[in-house]
Amino acid sequence: MTSPMTLRIREANKAGKTALIPFLPAGFPSRDRFWDELEQLDRAGAAVIEIGMPFSDPVADGPVVAKASLECLADNVNLEWILSELKARKGTFRAALLLMGYLNPVLQYGLERFAHDAGQAGISGLILADLPYEESASIKAALKSHHISLVPLVGLNTSPERMALYADGADGFAYFVSVLGTTGQRDTLPEQIREKLAQARDIFDIPIALGFGLRHPDQLRELDGLCHAAVFGSALITHICNGGTSEEFMKPWL
Amino acid sequence: MQDRYFGDYGGQFVPELLMPPLLELERAVKEILPSPEFQQEFKDMLRDCVGRPSAMTHCPNLSRDTGVDLWLKREDLNHTGAHKINNTLGQALLTRRMGKKTLLTETGAGMNGVATATAAAMLDLDCVVYMGAKDVERQSVNVRRMEILGARVVPVTSGTQTLKDAINEALRYWIATQKTTHYCFGTAAGPHPFPYLVREFQAVVGREARQQFLDRNGRLPHIVCACVGGGSNAIGAFHAFIPDGSVRLVGVEAAGTGEPGCYNSAPLNLGTDGVLHGMKTRLLQTPEGQILPSHSISAGLDYPGVGPEHSHLQAIHRAEYACINDEQALSAFLTLSRREGIIPALESAHAVAWILENAAALQGQSVLVNLSGRGDKDMDIVEEALRDPAFAHLAATLGGDA
Ligand SMILES: Cc1ncc(COP(=O)(O)O)c(C=O)c1O
Repeated sequence: MTSPMTLRIREANKAGKTALIPFLPAGFPSRDRFWDELEQLDRAGAAVIEIGMPFSDPVADGPVVAKASLECLADNVNLEWILSELKARKGTFRAALLLMGYLNPVLQYGLERFAHDAGQAGISGLILADLPYEESASIKAALKSHHISLVPLVGLNTSPERMALYADGADGFAYFVSVLGTTGQRDTLPEQIREKLAQARDIFDIPIALGFGLRHPDQLRELDGLCHAAVFGSALITHICNGGTSEEFMKPWL
Repeated sequence: MQDRYFGDYGGQFVPELLMPPLLELERAVKEILPSPEFQQEFKDMLRDCVGRPSAMTHCPNLSRDTGVDLWLKREDLNHTGAHKINNTLGQALLTRRMGKKTLLTETGAGMNGVATATAAAMLDLDCVVYMGAKDVERQSVNVRRMEILGARVVPVTSGTQTLKDAINEALRYWIATQKTTHYCFGTAAGPHPFPYLVREFQAVVGREARQQFLDRNGRLPHIVCACVGGGSNAIGAFHAFIPDGSVRLVGVEAAGTGEPGCYNSAPLNLGTDGVLHGMKTRLLQTPEGQILPSHSISAGLDYPGVGPEHSHLQAIHRAEYACINDEQALSAFLTLSRREGIIPALESAHAVAWILENAAALQGQSVLVNLSGRGDKDMDIVEEALRDPAFAHLAATLGGDA
């Protein structure tokens, strides 16, 4: 069974576009408004929507995402809330839904229970930022029986050998981290990125999404043909913090 | 595979972007560490620069007072004043051999920062130290020391502003600088191979102490006792004694104010299994897996996690872990100073306090306490604490009447 994430990304590509994967922490900017923003992102044509599961110690995140996530935590956002609210809205989104976070909250929720409830909530993918290949076997197995893909993260310093480890049995899409750094906006993308992306496209037979550091739709043109999808979080969060809406934000990217 | 774990604990729970430098370090640990040249260079430095072997001191007055035969392993006599220098010199030597030029570290009490800055100065490396803004404030003398030694101290204002968040920021910085920078992790925690590497560099403490105790007493101590923050001084003291089944190993965690809830730094006593800072271990956390803030009067013990080998030693019942609160530690700090002329670090005072608090049950037994550091850095904290009405009874013992 092909992952809904793959299908949505390929759909956008067939229409001649780079697929869009916006990221928002669950419960941002407030517990109520979050669901409205999610609907806006969906209406505006997001292929996949990445929903952050807030964690107290988000080491892979830069200041903008980390701050937003901590605010959601302070507002009592937890996995139980996220999954039950999603379940209540199951089938209302065109976009495929992906959960992104860190391992510990998922472990405490219970691996099997998480996989089951996420499946029931219509989730098709999971990213755990602190789960490298070496530690991933049991989680992958738990997710598989509920048709949830563990999305691999690779980067500029990932060797072809390690990419091949991640590619084996991977589905959904592969997430290519554009910088050696944390999430956050940057003006320019590193030089080696073209070469590395080409390598990743050879090794993975699923779509490649580029993320971390995207801030401007022009960057998509630069990357045209090099990746299948683009992930953006900090830029969207900043836009909302400045009083904007998700719908407005999405327009120039489409 | 299995050697990334101590039983069920340990592992490498880091972003993929950190796996290449961790794998590079694993290789270096396998290839460089056991080489005779490296071992000789490390040994020479410990002798010539740290002042090893450190003394083992008998405490005649406290032994008489308590009925417990008390011995101290004197890591406080090391260059820079704590056990931390054993590890930082080892890692600095490794860094140079790996061809990197910057030492990155985190620090709570500042002792690891000072020791890393010192090793960097000695080996001509750059040094960056992440330190919680709260700790920058409460350990200002150590911040000045680091700066004089040439290190750049970066205050961390996110999260709890203590050691936990200093580690988060250091990990973030390492992602970006891994090509030229080695993360000189300050305690026997974090992702593999750090718990193993730091333990290997600190094991010299227990090896020396075991031999010294045998030489002086013709037998092993009944108990080896050390404070546990991340766990490096304790694992260093314990390691050589692990095969000696007759020796009780006692780690002492900080119970903070002793209030129930999150105001403690005792994950082995009050925590549950989880994943933080690259390792599976025992953690102070909510049922939902969010890490709780910790508290201890001693900045070096103020950490919601613990090195994975301690979680393992506890699980297999080879070591036991007790709790000492701020007041008991402060009292032991004053008692050791008064009775033996040794001002201990507040961290180490937790280990001494466990002996004093349990003296009745330990009559006639011999105890070797790892005195992990000296108390100079803690003068401001102690003075301020003694102004607190809650500690008035301790303050009253000062002033020459004891
Ligand atoms: C003197 C002293 N002892 C103990 C510790 C705690 O570290 P560990 O638990 O790794 O020995 C510290 C940490 O700063 C310290 O400075």
